[in-house]
Amino acid sequence: MLLIECPWCGPREEPEFHYGGQAHVVRPADPAALSDADWAAYVFLRDNPKGVFAERWCHTAGCRRWFNVLRDTVSHRVLAVYRMGETAPAVDPALVEGAR
Amino acid sequence: MTRYSIWSLARNALSHHADWPRQWRSPAPRPAYDVVIVGGGGHGLATAYYLAKEHGIANVAVLEKGWLGGGNTGRNTTIVRSNYLWDESAALYELSLKLWEGLSKDLNYNVMLSQRGVLNLAHSLGDVRAGRRRAEANRLNGIDSVWLEPEGVKKVCPPLNTSASLRYPVLGSTWQPRGGTARHDAVAWGYARAADARGVDIIQTCEVTGIRRDPDGRVAGVETTQGFIGAGKVGIVAAGHTSVLAAMADIRLPIQSHPLQALVSEPIKPVLDCVVMSGAIHVYVSQSDKGELVIGAGIDGYNSYAQRGSVHVLEHQTAALCELFPVFARLRMMRTWAGIVDVCPDASPILGKTPVPGLFINGGWGTGGFKATPGSGYVFAHTIARDEPHPVAAPFALERFTTGALIDEHGAAAVAH
Ligand SMILES: Cc1cc2nc3c(=O)[nH]c(=O)nc-3n(C[C@H](O)[C@H](O)[C@H](O)COP(=O)(O)OP(=O)(O)OC[C@H]3O[C@@H](n4cnc5c(N)ncnc54)[C@H](O)[C@@H]3O)c2cc1C
Ligand SMILES: [Zn+2]
Repeated sequence: MLLIECPWCGPREEPEFHYGGQAHVVRPADPAALSDADWAAYVFLRDNPKGVFAERWCHTAGCRRWFNVLRDTVSHRVLAVYRMGETAPAVDPALVEGAR
Repeated sequence: MTRYSIWSLARNALSHHADWPRQWRSPAPRPAYDVVIVGGGGHGLATAYYLAKEHGIANVAVLEKGWLGGGNTGRNTTIVRSNYLWDESAALYELSLKLWEGLSKDLNYNVMLSQRGVLNLAHSLGDVRAGRRRAEANRLNGIDSVWLEPEGVKKVCPPLNTSASLRYPVLGSTWQPRGGTARHDAVAWGYARAADARGVDIIQTCEVTGIRRDPDGRVAGVETTQGFIGAGKVGIVAAGHTSVLAAMADIRLPIQSHPLQALVSEPIKPVLDCVVMSGAIHVYVSQSDKGELVIGAGIDGYNSYAQRGSVHVLEHQTAALCELFPVFARLRMMRTWAGIVDVCPDASPILGKTPVPGLFINGGWGTGGFKATPGSGYVFAHTIARDEPHPVAAPFALERFTTGALIDEHGAAAVAH
């Protein structure tokens, strides 16, 4: 079970949270101008790295706020937690198992 | 290849089973092949077998980073059925089930297919409507599904708690008598032995680390931990690692990798002679020939490559199990494990060509691809050999995410496999 640090409430166990998939997927500025392929990419195509993944979580059983997490998808280690709208902090590569 | 038969069994019994020949060779890789299959699970091995058998293409290598069947093939809960909703899926899974029915004979290998029947329970009005609709759709496609009212469910499965006092009472169920289970390892080994006998090279502990392309963009071969291996065509059949392999050829996919866990109980006397699945309260169970209950449920929510999940998911599924079968409440659990499943947004696989000429993908089977192993290999071999999709595979091409022609099988797949 993951121990996730909510930026507002502190460390809580995983069942308190809801997973939101990849973070920082930008909504198209001009949706009407998009081709079918661009739409497919926006709606369906996602990163699926073996290593560091920037993802969203919602603290559904707590403050109910969304936030971002950098997590290693091989060790499950939570590498950083940051608020919506912030950019991902740099991570120490020595902590990442997936990249090795 | 020595044929297995009652005579070979008797002959080898005389020598205390010490003289059985190896089931397949372990050759060093050749410099190049007509086709290289990445991934030595059931789907990859079946693809190689049908390439050799149906299309006369035997200059094929199957490259496996670990050991044969050590991925999801050897980790799955072995439920086989074909009761999917849409025509496209019905065609694919029913083709598979038909192949299953002749597989032990075809491979000369006992895959222990046990058609003990599969129940998919309904616990709400929505479930009932979806279940009835699916059973009717199945019958229009010639699949042996029926709808059972609670009394009928109880008849098929006496230990199941069908009382109205359940938190989520059983309001009915679909029933596919031809569904059941098979022996997972035997499927990998049987296909490996039969493919090897037709000349396919099976190379274990050989991880693909890159996909090399010609200057004109066509696939040229694969970089591996045992050096470069040339290939006219490459098929990616890597289940949980599909995205990782595709990224080697700069292809992004609509796939996310998740852990899927299962667990088995201590062995007990025969008590459950069919497969029971509940997509709504998240548990499914069957009893193995050894007597263990084999129990599974849904994926862990987060992306992962760790073959490890969280304990609260197991807690949830065992709670659901005890509600449905109070008689199991005091059983001890022996082992838990996880595989990494490649989940698609519409719960259907991706099967076919890619934007890179000579590169093919067979993945996205997610939580439910074991049942499709023979059919998947059959249509994928055709797709690779002819360089055009087999008619049954065509709707499952990657392009469906651009055209919007998704094949939504969440109802049939969900927790269920
Ligand atoms: C717990 C669990 C329960 C399940 N229950 C069911 C069920 O009841 N019914 C059902 O129909 N389905 C079930 N499934 C799903 C089913 O197991 C899979 O869909 C199916 O086995 C996939 O087969 P495969 O041959 O594609 O994959 P795998 O057997 O995973 O084979 C892929 C292989 O590719 C190899 N590989 C990966 N990367 C590389 C590389 N770079 N180089 C070389 N090799 C590589 C892997 O080591 C692996 O052996 C379950 C899955 C799990 C995890
Ligand atoms: Zn919080």
